[in-house]
Amino acid sequence: MAELAAQGKQPEVLFWVGCAGSFDDRAKKITKAFVKLLLKAEISFAVLGPEESCTGDPAKRAGNEFLFQMQAMTNIEVLNGYEIKKVVTACPHCFNTLKNEYPGLGGHYEVVHHTQFLKQLLDQGKLKVEGGQFKGKRITFHDPCYLGRANNEYQAPRDVLTKLEGELIEMKSCKAKGLCCGAGGAQMFKDAEAGNKEINIKRTEQALETKPDIIAAGCPFCNTMMTDGVKNKEKEGAIAVMDIAELVQQAEDL
Amino acid sequence: MGAYVSNILFGILFFSLVGLFTRNIRRVIRNIKLGTAANRYDQPKKRWLHMARIALGQSKMVRKPLSGLLHVIVYVGFVVINIELLEIIVDGFLGTHRVFAPFLGGFYNVLIATFEVFAALVLVSVILFWTRRNVMRIKRFWRAEMKGWPKWDADIILYAEVVLMGLFLTMNASDYWLQINTQDPHYLTAGSFPVSQWILPLFDGLGVAQVVAVERISWWLHITGILLFLNYLYYSKHLHIILAFPNTWFAKLAPQGQFTNMPEVTDEVKLMLDPNADPYAAPASDVAPSTFGAADVADLNWVQLMNAYSCTECGRCTAECPASQTGKKLSPRKIMMDTRDRLSEVGAALNKGKQPNANTLLDNYISREELWACTSCNACVEACPIAIDPLSIISDMRRYLVMEQSAAPTGLNNMMSNVENNGAPWPFNRQDRIAWRDEINISK
Ligand code: SF4
Ligand code: SF4
Repeated sequence: MAELAAQGKQPEVLFWVGCAGSFDDRAKKITKAFVKLLLKAEISFAVLGPEESCTGDPAKRAGNEFLFQMQAMTNIEVLNGYEIKKVVTACPHCFNTLKNEYPGLGGHYEVVHHTQFLKQLLDQGKLKVEGGQFKGKRITFHDPCYLGRANNEYQAPRDVLTKLEGELIEMKSCKAKGLCCGAGGAQMFKDAEAGNKEINIKRTEQALETKPDIIAAGCPFCNTMMTDGVKNKEKEGAIAVMDIAELVQQAEDL
Repeated sequence: MGAYVSNILFGILFFSLVGLFTRNIRRVIRNIKLGTAANRYDQPKKRWLHMARIALGQSKMVRKPLSGLLHVIVYVGFVVINIELLEIIVDGFLGTHRVFAPFLGGFYNVLIATFEVFAALVLVSVILFWTRRNVMRIKRFWRAEMKGWPKWDADIILYAEVVLMGLFLTMNASDYWLQINTQDPHYLTAGSFPVSQWILPLFDGLGVAQVVAVERISWWLHITGILLFLNYLYYSKHLHIILAFPNTWFAKLAPQGQFTNMPEVTDEVKLMLDPNADPYAAPASDVAPSTFGAADVADLNWVQLMNAYSCTECGRCTAECPASQTGKKLSPRKIMMDTRDRLSEVGAALNKGKQPNANTLLDNYISREELWACTSCNACVEACPIAIDPLSIISDMRRYLVMEQSAAPTGLNNMMSNVENNGAPWPFNRQDRIAWRDEINISK
């Protein structure tokens, strides 16, 4: 972004990569897939790179409002400094925080989740899926809590999957009743409390009931949780856990 | 004078029990007001709609079709049959009998018939409810927090409904018998009894005086039962029949994922980030420097406290909670029940003019283990048929643990110090945020 700004240019949209998308090896693949799609669709976009900092979501969910607001205000200063109007992100946690919690602190942007953005690109014909690679493939979609219940977006990722011509099979508990993968609320960063099962295993079992070829996710944390779950069930050879962006990228054959 | 004994008795009964009820409701309101402020008066139109849909229209209740349907029957039955209560009360005061009948004519028959049909439907529903709880033993009704009083409470209500409906029908049946078998103008021919006519054979062989006694006794027991039931609400999860309405009106309308930005923190953070700020200046806002987050009921806002009084202990939240489903201690229903129990404890002390004891909601009621098990997934909020928000209480209590006590689990402390130092929850170098770019063959 700094480079663009130096040239006096303004991107159409800022891609907020997020911490997982920047550092986590699995999530970086999602980032790369999404960037390739943006390039293919000839979208003018920018990333903040080292100027991006954690949105503060995990700190806020953990209860550290100070740290959250420090992060938020620092980020808002950067975003406002570049006069950013529109932000797209592949992380539902960043999405929720930027969209709902930043306005109260002075950060007003149009924030979209990458599944919504991809749906638009497909609708507008900026991206086209051909070849029907996913025809006959059983795909089940795991709703991220912070996209679904938290922000009422259940349809966009499903629309994209339908466009890919996959066979969308819903889990018993989906959409508003979707079970959490176990990572939210900063659980990702701590050990689980004592219980009789890990949440991600429970959710993976529900996914496996649909006998899927692919478990589609829309969140880097869900992705990790479901991938671990599938490994735990020793199904990693048969079932792929993939982000919506990766699926579109594959269909685009990039 | 003697003729007025029953009117006077009725007056005493009515005013003392309604008076007691009023006192209890006042106490509930006083206790709710112990909470901190919450501005939930915005967007009134949306709020009325929300209430109409969820409380009046039971839209969330029917997401579980069977219990939803049964509940709608009991709810509509309750409302409809209470119209009859109006007549009973007027009769009680004036010593009249079916005082509305002459005014309403044929419509009166329709009304009474409707009440009877609903009474029968309610009876059936209540029996099915009881069966679900006690014979089918549906799991959510048998979790740890439902032991003892909560279990009793749920059953008592069902028994009370059976008794009340039974009395109502007996009262009608005996009245009907008297209408047919006596010429006494007191028992004017009024009403239509599609249900209670079937219990007429029970009175075969009884004399007029005995049936009059049956009629009077069931009339008195019925109205006394209703007035007692009214007073039972205060001690019971059944308060929801009133509080469901304000509860949905004042519910959070923002997207479920949006947590509040604490304004008192904003002030401090602004000071910290502003290089020109005078560190010794008084805080910009006049928010009293209270505790951050919640350790006890008085730290919660009044909507959260009202939520606690409204909870019906149905356990739909807990049944959807990922932590509860995987055997963790956390149960969102228990969070609400604990909040109410602690609030009642504080309230009981206030009733006696004493200071509340030194217990707190945190630790004495809700353990840290429960609080840390929450994934903030909002499944509980989504599931609650009356728009209760257990997550907001969990979140406020975590805020207390972290900001007042620095008592987060190790993993979270590491995460937070990473965010503070590296701008990411993991210990990576900020410059490497863009490392992925070198891994794709693009130039940008
Ligand atoms: S938000 Fe927390 S308490 Fe509510 S269902 Fe999810 S994990 Fe359970
Ligand atoms: S919080 Fe709502 S869903 Fe949970 S037990 Fe209470 S009324 Fe039922």
